[in-house]
Amino acid sequence: MAYSDKVIDHYANPRNVGSFAKDEPDVGTGIVGAPECGDVMKLQLKISDDGVVQDARFKTFGCGSAIASSSYVTELVKGKTVDEVMAIKNSHIVQELSLPPVKIHCSVLAEDGIKAAIADWKKKRGEPAPKEETAEATTGR
Amino acid sequence: MNGKGIYMDNHATTPLDPRVLEAMLPYFGETFGNAASRSHPFGWEAEKAAEGAREEIARLVNAKAKDIVFTSGATESDNLAIKGVVEFYKDKGNHVVTATTEHKAVLDTCKALERKGLATVTYLGVDKYGMVDPDDVRKAITDKTVLVSIMFANNEIGTINPLAEIGRITREKGVLFHSDATQGVGKLPVDVESMHIDLLSMSAHKMYGPKGIGALYVRAKNPRVRLTPIIDGGGHERGFRSGTLNVPGIVGFAKACELCRVGMADEAQRVFGLRERLREGLFAQLDEIFLNGHPVHRLPGNLNVSFAYVEGESLLMGLNGSTTPIAVGQGPAPIAVSSGSACTSATLEPSYVLKALGVGDDLAHTSIRFGLGRFNTADEVDYVVERVAHEVRRLRDLSPLYEMAKEGIDLKSVEWQRD
Repeated sequence: MAYSDKVIDHYANPRNVGSFAKDEPDVGTGIVGAPECGDVMKLQLKISDDGVVQDARFKTFGCGSAIASSSYVTELVKGKTVDEVMAIKNSHIVQELSLPPVKIHCSVLAEDGIKAAIADWKKKRGEPAPKEETAEATTGR
Repeated sequence: MNGKGIYMDNHATTPLDPRVLEAMLPYFGETFGNAASRSHPFGWEAEKAAEGAREEIARLVNAKAKDIVFTSGATESDNLAIKGVVEFYKDKGNHVVTATTEHKAVLDTCKALERKGLATVTYLGVDKYGMVDPDDVRKAITDKTVLVSIMFANNEIGTINPLAEIGRITREKGVLFHSDATQGVGKLPVDVESMHIDLLSMSAHKMYGPKGIGALYVRAKNPRVRLTPIIDGGGHERGFRSGTLNVPGIVGFAKACELCRVGMADEAQRVFGLRERLREGLFAQLDEIFLNGHPVHRLPGNLNVSFAYVEGESLLMGLNGSTTPIAVGQGPAPIAVSSGSACTSATLEPSYVLKALGVGDDLAHTSIRFGLGRFNTADEVDYVVERVAHEVRRLRDLSPLYEMAKEGIDLKSVEWQRD
């Protein structure tokens, strides 16, 4: 299959690969997907007390588009507030990376991943977990 | 290595042997006659070529020339064998026995017959190496069984089925025996007599011949096999398959058969050596990789390996040149292999063959099929070992599963959030 230049770039030069210590109070960790489904993403956000994403890391088991979606999203969230991160839609990722319809689930997973990371961070701070909300697949086209 | 990179996907198709091309060329040019034209030298010449080819093709599987029916390829051969038998013998019975690991050309043909209410089909399971147990075939046969269809060598994992034992059973029970031998013919000996095979599907392009030509062996004696044709017309090929013969394809197919027959022992040994070099190289370089299929009873050129914690399509992307869409000669040479991960399919279901072996979906997603053949070299194998090992290490550094496994987390006990 043909991959877009951006997917190829993120696959070949993934940004922000790695892990933060999970138990740090300012780190939120989201692990989404399942090995038997062929993709698992671990997204971690380091968030300041005033709710701004300082840094992000990812590790992904999945196809090139899954790797690219998670790599891209780690760039996207940096400097954004928690509320802004929560407003990110998978359709934005689809558009940015020109994902074909069969790869939309990769973008959904990336959206779920950052939201799960925020939920984890909020939980650590004793804030009520946000309403359980997973991404709705949209094509962005 | 050619300009497009290293080709190790010889189960998908094989390159045309230059000697085959040379044999075919006159039949695209001056020797253009219709083999069915009985009234002039143009037709006689074409007929002579086709009949000589029929002899050569038959010889490869120890068949009689007149029992070879030309088709467009193995998919058509499988359709003709299964649909043709079920239709013709409908007064005798309507039960077919096959296996879950068969090629889609067999499975989907069986499913189509079931949907139309024309047949009931038993799909036999296989052992953990992908092999059919002949005893299961015996037990599955009923007084309504008209056909047993079991492949020779599997296209994904290369496992070879015990055809001779299955043939003894079907002969004893008086049931017809079809084998889709597409992957094995030309690579390993096939003998329709000693194996008691009544119908055998073959394809030229899997054995360094041209695409678009294949054959179905249809036994004419002891027992005489009858078929209802799928394609009606001028009554060519004993009425089993009408249509003007593809003479250039047939001549190429025969040349491919001849080359395979003459060189079989040496080539099997050489390709097996390359396969083992590849297997040993990969297993020496990488931990947590697993062989899929039978350790011994498999095609010499087949290697199917799961690289735990690395999704197959992402590995293909690192190997196949997707990331270096630049002029040939720059960047690493692309490597052509395939994966049992189905990340590109609409269902997102990994290989049904690996599933039939009991390989978990998690490992099925990490499987890569290497298909070695006539034109591969030891240098190519060494290069592929290095590249694959490099890409697997790189992708494992990116893999949360590898990290978790190294931390001692049992991945089976994790509660995953499924998408």
